[in-house]
Amino acid sequence: MSEGMEEGGSIKKFMYMNRKAPYGTIYALEALEVVLIGAAFDQDVSLAFLDDGVFQLTKDQDTKGIGMKNFSPAFKALGDYDVTKLYVEKESLEERGLTADDLMDLVYEDEDDDWAEKPSIRLVSRDELKAVLADQDVIMSF
Amino acid sequence: MAYEVNGITVEHDEEGYLSDLTQWNEDVAAILANDEGIDMTDEHWEVVNFLREYYDEYQIAPAIRVLVKALKKTMGKEKGSNKYLYTLFPYGPAKQACKIAGLPKPTGCI
Amino acid sequence: MSILHTVNKSPFQKNDLASCLSHASDADAVLMIEDGVYGAIKGTKAAAQISAAGATVFVLGVDLAARGISEDKIADGVSVVGYDGFVKLAAEHNAVNSWL
Repeated sequence: MSEGMEEGGSIKKFMYMNRKAPYGTIYALEALEVVLIGAAFDQDVSLAFLDDGVFQLTKDQDTKGIGMKNFSPAFKALGDYDVTKLYVEKESLEERGLTADDLMDLVYEDEDDDWAEKPSIRLVSRDELKAVLADQDVIMSF
Repeated sequence: MAYEVNGITVEHDEEGYLSDLTQWNEDVAAILANDEGIDMTDEHWEVVNFLREYYDEYQIAPAIRVLVKALKKTMGKEKGSNKYLYTLFPYGPAKQACKIAGLPKPTGCI
Repeated sequence: MSILHTVNKSPFQKNDLASCLSHASDADAVLMIEDGVYGAIKGTKAAAQISAAGATVFVLGVDLAARGISEDKIADGVSVVGYDGFVKLAAEHNAVNSWL
């Protein structure tokens, strides 16, 4: 049990795991919608991007040629929804020929720190992500 | 279902939200506002234009608390409040302002 | 007799690309489309499998652009084509085999 639960009896640690690439299937877009809806409930929300999920965060996505909506700009709005912890697994990036420079620059503005811009993406190793997962109350996998 | 605006057919869904947001213009907005019983003032347009800019940048219609927070930051405390927004859009800023702005219903708007 | 093979699944989630490459003849073409285009990124296991294969390998440019994969990340030996190139490849080969 986390401390938060003992205190108010309501704040839980929610983790949304993203393991699918965007566009090829509907999972990535659906997960994002669930995150945006869930953000209304004032929980402690984290997102994890591992396996092909890291492809959701690549910069310069341009979907004009395939006639689908480019939903990657919505990740930039997550900070407005107080979703500020995006864990990205290093090994998943490396296996796919990507580095952190290939990802969008995602930031949030810290209201308690004079709206200072802070990075939302936290690069973690597989072991570190394992520890983050072990610390969650609820995990939803997409 | 569709509105007729200056001889152009503008499709909308069963709740009145535009099917194709590229069909939006100020004349369409005026018809949408009239359907909602809202007399558009500069203050209404300020919110509607803000929503359109937000959608243009992030490809989503913001939830009400996100809208309030963003307005508070750009337009100050008085305009960045639920009370102010409900004064302008009595049946819900998300529902009415987004509809008038030609945006889809906000994600998470129940 | 030559075949155009298309692969639309990510090589990091499914083994379709590896299986396709090992079943394709030297006269064949393999075209990566949709999530299959992730197989074209250089420096990966998939890129090594491509360079070891006999078939000629292509990737659909619009699907790369949609996914934010720039052409400077594409492995050597993979050619980028557009929809017109896709049609041309289909016409040049006797059959199309979609690895679904």
